[in-house]
Amino acid sequence: MEDWKTNRNVFWTLATPGTLWLIAFFLVPLAFLFVLSFSSKAMIDGQISINQYDYFSGLTNYLRSFNPDIVSIFIRTLWWSALATLACLIIAYPIAFGICFAPDRWRPLLLMLIVLPFWINLLIRTYALMAVLRDNGLVNSALGAVGLGPLPLMNNTFGVIFGLVYVYMPFMVLPLYATIERLDKSFLEASLDLGGTQFQTFRNITLPLTMPGIVTGVVLVFIPCLGTFLTSELLGGTSSWMIGNVIQSQFGPANDWPFGSALSLLLMYATFAVLAVRAFLSRNSKGVDV
Amino acid sequence: MTVHRPFPRFTRRSLLKGTGAAFAGLVLSPRFAMAEEEKKLSFYNYDTYIGETTLDDFNKATGIEVKLDLFADGDELFTKLKAGNPGYDVIVPTSNVVERMVKANMLMPLDHAKIPNMKNIDPSFLNPTFDPGRKYSLPYQWGTVGIGYRKSKVEGAPDSWKWLLDDEKYAGRIALLGDQEHAIGAALKYLGFSYNSTNIDELNKARDLLIKGKKLVKKYADDNGQDLLAQGEVDLTMEYNGDIAQVMTEDDDLSYVIPKEGSNVWEDTIAIPTGAPHPENAHAFINYIFDGEVGKGITKTIMYATPNAAAKALMDEAYQNNPAIFPPADVLAKCEYSAYLGEEAVKVRDEIWTAIQAA
Repeated sequence: MEDWKTNRNVFWTLATPGTLWLIAFFLVPLAFLFVLSFSSKAMIDGQISINQYDYFSGLTNYLRSFNPDIVSIFIRTLWWSALATLACLIIAYPIAFGICFAPDRWRPLLLMLIVLPFWINLLIRTYALMAVLRDNGLVNSALGAVGLGPLPLMNNTFGVIFGLVYVYMPFMVLPLYATIERLDKSFLEASLDLGGTQFQTFRNITLPLTMPGIVTGVVLVFIPCLGTFLTSELLGGTSSWMIGNVIQSQFGPANDWPFGSALSLLLMYATFAVLAVRAFLSRNSKGVDV
Repeated sequence: MTVHRPFPRFTRRSLLKGTGAAFAGLVLSPRFAMAEEEKKLSFYNYDTYIGETTLDDFNKATGIEVKLDLFADGDELFTKLKAGNPGYDVIVPTSNVVERMVKANMLMPLDHAKIPNMKNIDPSFLNPTFDPGRKYSLPYQWGTVGIGYRKSKVEGAPDSWKWLLDDEKYAGRIALLGDQEHAIGAALKYLGFSYNSTNIDELNKARDLLIKGKKLVKKYADDNGQDLLAQGEVDLTMEYNGDIAQVMTEDDDLSYVIPKEGSNVWEDTIAIPTGAPHPENAHAFINYIFDGEVGKGITKTIMYATPNAAAKALMDEAYQNNPAIFPPADVLAKCEYSAYLGEEAVKVRDEIWTAIQAA
């Protein structure tokens, strides 16, 4: 590829559409959220206005974000996202290994099966999951036929985390597959030949070498989990709000866009923190980068 | 959100938030503002909330083509129009949303002279607190919020909010409407306060009651309580009467009661948003809807209580005497409209609702 400085016209022709798109549909709305997060609803004739704002009126919205209820919902969000990510990792690792060691002609089909759910809208998939998990659903009907259950599979914390694992599993499998596939199998053979047990080989060779895939998978699952609102609303019970539900409420029933903006930006900063951790880990990694 | 079957039935207040709005298109601004309006009308409504053939019949009668867009709840309607009318001519806001939109200059005053069929409206609807003199809105349908229940699983009629909020007997078999207006409203009513209370002590008591009652409640349902009830997931649910009436037609074991402490009565209205591109057509459409036969066609499809007296008179007795649709006057007397409480009170309610969700 030639230096962009020598081919300015080509460079700008190719870069302009994307740049304009990014500015118009990402940066401008984001800037609007940023401004709004430091604003409050205007007072007009002694009444709080419904749709007029006092721009740059202070930090009230950020201070309100440290209300104990919001903090506890935020902690719940972090905790559940971590649990869902861990569950994804534990389940996805063997799946990714399985696909890598499957016969060549099977591999595309197996990968296809992992990606297939993305062809269906999240909402529809969640409805389908509800039909499976509810008290009179498929699982509990089957259990009922052999005299067991019904187990409370949804309208509770389990339902939300199960839903998150189900929805985001492919984001974990794919990067793991990419690293494991490029893993040099001779390292594993060397370790076993030199007397290492299977466990030692896994711990000292496989795990460090696939760490970049693990980190990428963790980031790809953890970040969307943080912003969940649909899964927690549909599969959760009476204590299942995550921070996404609070934000949704601010832009909907509460009509408090400034507060909603502040919460959205705080969530975005949390995301940046996760990405920073990822950058740090991958810089210190010796494994196969993804 | 309405759910629990792979392809949920879309009820009036049903789910799929936002998906309806995804079909919103652009409507051209009026090119002949002073001359005759182009024969178009953009109508923003709940799903399944108009007669099966009403829009086609209107098109045949007047040549005006109606484009229908759908919203899921009043909050979506309000949010969509808040930043400016994207081109709607006729909308269907609920009473408290009307009040809020009038305060924000989002509704256009109606020209009553262009709506002669107003004479068909039951006079008791012509001067409500949320829109004195009906300057901005006309009544479209009305109804109540109460308790839907499965007769074979519940002993007697659950005629008090106590059954849902403060009684261990049916723990885990209960769904409440999952929004601050109604869940908190019902708790306030049970405690003997107003559905619209803005008194912080009263609201805190309602909050404590709801937090204590969380172990009784299986789900804060997003207006799909009727589905949970019909599927046997719960035996008692707080819901809109029309939603319960719909599932009652499919299942004899279901029934509906308004709690003795009183409840919420709501009215959906028909109004023209500020900036509507076709106000003449909008008036013509509203006038058309209040025709007796047209109103009957709408009511036969959606089975809500109609304020259109001419339409009601044309319906059969089974409809006119259905207590789930038209509750007795003494019960109705204890029910309140949801008022628009002002932005500060909305914020307080939201904080209380968040505290309930966090607990």
